[in-house]
Amino acid sequence: MRRFLLRYLIPRFLQFLTIIFVGITVTFIIPRLAPTNPVEAQISMMMARGESLDPQSIASMRAALTDMYGLSGSPLQQYFAFWGRLFRGDVGPSLANFPTPVSEMIGQAMPYTLSLLVTAVIISWIFGNLFGALSSYYPKNKALSLIEVLGQAVRPIPYYIVAIVLLVVFAYFIPIFPFSGAYPVGTHPSWSLAFIWIYIKHSVLPAATLVLVGFGGWFIGMKSLTSNIISEDYVVYAETAGLKKSRILNYYIMRNALLPQLTGLAMSLGTVFSGALIMEVVFGFPGLGMLTMAAVLRNDYSMIMGIAIYSIVGVAVTVFLMDLIYPLFDPRVRYQ
Amino acid sequence: MLRVLRDLLRYDGRFRFAFILLAAVVVMFLLSFVSPDDPNKTFVVAMDAPPSLDHLFGTNSRGQDIFWWLTFAVRNSLIMGVITAVISRVIAIIVGLTAGYQGGWLDRVLMSVNDSFVIMPLLPILILLGFLLRDMMNLFLLGVILGFFGWPYDARLIRSQVLSLKERSFTRTAVYSGTNGFWITINEHLPFVLPVVFATTINNLLWSIGTEVTLSVLGLSDLTTPSLGTALFWANQHGALVAGVWWWIAAPALVAIILFLGLYLFFASINEYIDPRTRLRLIGA
Amino acid sequence: MALLSVENLSAYYRTEIYGISRTVRAVDGVSFELKPNEIYGVAGESSCGKTTLIKVISGNLKPPLKVNSGSVSYHFGIHAVDMLHISQEELRRDLRWKEISYVMQGSMSVLNPVRKIIRTFEDIVDTHEGIPDKKRFFEQVREHVNRLGLPSEVLTSYPHQLSGGMRQRVAIALATVFHPRLIIADEPTTALDVVVQRGVLQMIKDIQAMSNNTVLLVTHDMAVHANVADRVMIMYAGRIAEEAPTEIIFNAPLHPYTQHLIHSLPMIGERSNKVSLRGAPPNLANPPTGCRFHERCPYVMDICRTEVPELVTVQDGHRVACHLVKENPL
Repeated sequence: MRRFLLRYLIPRFLQFLTIIFVGITVTFIIPRLAPTNPVEAQISMMMARGESLDPQSIASMRAALTDMYGLSGSPLQQYFAFWGRLFRGDVGPSLANFPTPVSEMIGQAMPYTLSLLVTAVIISWIFGNLFGALSSYYPKNKALSLIEVLGQAVRPIPYYIVAIVLLVVFAYFIPIFPFSGAYPVGTHPSWSLAFIWIYIKHSVLPAATLVLVGFGGWFIGMKSLTSNIISEDYVVYAETAGLKKSRILNYYIMRNALLPQLTGLAMSLGTVFSGALIMEVVFGFPGLGMLTMAAVLRNDYSMIMGIAIYSIVGVAVTVFLMDLIYPLFDPRVRYQ
Repeated sequence: MLRVLRDLLRYDGRFRFAFILLAAVVVMFLLSFVSPDDPNKTFVVAMDAPPSLDHLFGTNSRGQDIFWWLTFAVRNSLIMGVITAVISRVIAIIVGLTAGYQGGWLDRVLMSVNDSFVIMPLLPILILLGFLLRDMMNLFLLGVILGFFGWPYDARLIRSQVLSLKERSFTRTAVYSGTNGFWITINEHLPFVLPVVFATTINNLLWSIGTEVTLSVLGLSDLTTPSLGTALFWANQHGALVAGVWWWIAAPALVAIILFLGLYLFFASINEYIDPRTRLRLIGA
Repeated sequence: MALLSVENLSAYYRTEIYGISRTVRAVDGVSFELKPNEIYGVAGESSCGKTTLIKVISGNLKPPLKVNSGSVSYHFGIHAVDMLHISQEELRRDLRWKEISYVMQGSMSVLNPVRKIIRTFEDIVDTHEGIPDKKRFFEQVREHVNRLGLPSEVLTSYPHQLSGGMRQRVAIALATVFHPRLIIADEPTTALDVVVQRGVLQMIKDIQAMSNNTVLLVTHDMAVHANVADRVMIMYAGRIAEEAPTEIIFNAPLHPYTQHLIHSLPMIGERSNKVSLRGAPPNLANPPTGCRFHERCPYVMDICRTEVPELVTVQDGHRVACHLVKENPL
């Protein structure tokens, strides 16, 4: 147990803290390195919009904004104040939807992104691994080779392009799926069956984007892992002992190959999350990606900052949770 | 080098396909130098004409020939990708060699930071950066910024290569004969690591060009310069699909797919070729 | 009647990559027999074809390994089996583990790292006989392991929790669940420390004495053969150099290669320096002409460079392939 703590749990926890530390520090430093002062930019933008402001209210607004951005005091004081605010879970109000807090808007958008992301990641991981293992175990199977070629062909294409192609093909030329959004204008989200059906129909193409791009990576990863494991002594032994192929594939090959793939899943979450953001923009899916797009269009600096912080912390927490679950699958870690 | 190319062309179907795709990309790149149109001028041809012999990919709502415009986009995207690749290669090699050779706490700290960048979602951070630098953004600057974020994965790869090289006898011979650690790294390890660096360069190009597309679509790049990303941005901006000008979206998507698929297959093929196991089979050990 | 007869067996590895094809003649023209109720040792340096030979006779042919010529036939009681032409399914269902079992080289890693030992027993028994009653099965396995001197706790452990010697014993216990007629043990003691080696060898001897089956013991370690084997075959570069009962091999070896192997064994009280052979075993992708040992042989003659020496019987049960012997028959 002590070895487990020292050699597994504590290093993972330190890595978790490092991700948060590095991520938050980077988001803290970036705005301060930028040549534009966000406060002045904000004020000049308001003036450009034609809002009439007298010098006095400009001055008070400047003070308020400086405080909100955490730009008062020395850089070190700012840095600690920044952390202090984060610990309270406060990333300030949205500038474009003043005074709604950023965290509240992120909270509203999060379920859309999460439901889509979790479903898509699980589907692509399971199917990628399954077909990858099968294709390595049955190298001559034509159908599996075809799946491999298709998976590999989609894999390098950026999420945005795949989304666009799916949209053009399945919503524009062959309009079997809705063009945009998570539900049509005028419907209100509810837990009724009818709404869920509408929601699923709207989610198919966005989810398919994530699944298609992810699939090839899991497939090829599993295939190369499996082809290594196939020559491992314990597999050769099981074959020599005359075990049935299905049992070898299940308990000897897949079970062992899935462990590194589980780690790979944790490592890839950040990338998939980034992909989900941009995919939402294509399909007008009302999650964090659309929130980001709107924030960029409306110069909502605090919203962009908030999304960056929330996504870094969110991914780091998820990865750490997966690290906590991992020993359940790997006895070598469990009983050190 | 030529022999490698010949071998791969002859025996690897995937490489042949990649070669054809990349040749098409290179042709587009070169054609940009003889383009009859200036990509910065609008309304030089008829608007919204579908693909035809006169206009291979059709024309857009801004009165530009999409094919010729895209030749510039390919050129600029590639140049930006190369800038990113060069910068991130330098960082990856320095970090990877240092961590791998020095080991100890330096290795642990470097790899911990390294893994943080691998795990973190980079896009929100890049969006934040792009947002703040919006007014001064150009493709060169974007290439540099991406270069500073594109190294962690490859640094880890290089480090693991060095770790295995460190165990080989020639390293020990060098250490025992009193060679300075830095020179061992540069003279003895770097040559072995270079093929890996070459392979990862291609992967890095893919990442950087793909990220440019993403940021441009959000309007966070220099929108006056043609690139694969800005091509899609302007098509979206004019509601190309709603207006029925689908080729305005389809053409850059197609070119991007050719570019990405070509580079990826090229990468996969090279990667297999430089895999030590393949090399061992080749020399028959 | 022999349990196994191998006749003129040749098995090659053929690979082709980027247009360069290579043929490695790992086993070339090998003939021998295994009798019921004996321990038969196969010796030779690494990469002399020992492992390939085992792969072929146990029916584990996977590309690029291919049998070029020869035959491998078993006689299990009344029915004979042609190993090179049996269907994979028949081999799996009827022979594997029930008649022929296997203790593998590097048994340290033959156990699935994510499965408890009892699960591996379950996998094997369930495949071949089925497990109608789990509780009874567990009892039987426990008895079996205890009889071989292993504590019951190993069954509920994961492989990484056991020591190397313990894992090797588990592998032997696994190989003997069905009391097979032939146990192939490939380097069963390599990588174990000397004290543990002794225990493992004793276990193999005991099992053989208990169930009167045949053990094919493959190891490069001549000391192991001296202790355990009834008969020994010396392989060199894919061919048989010499085969004889153990006492003869150790007391009156004829082949220069055998002599070298025996003389390189350390003896108690001996102080002389050991002479090592020049060079290394030949590359089997491009073997030397004539006798494959001629490049390293201290007694090399002209004929050795051109003609392949035949394997001749010099005395009952003693066969040797060397031009020296042919010219000076005993």
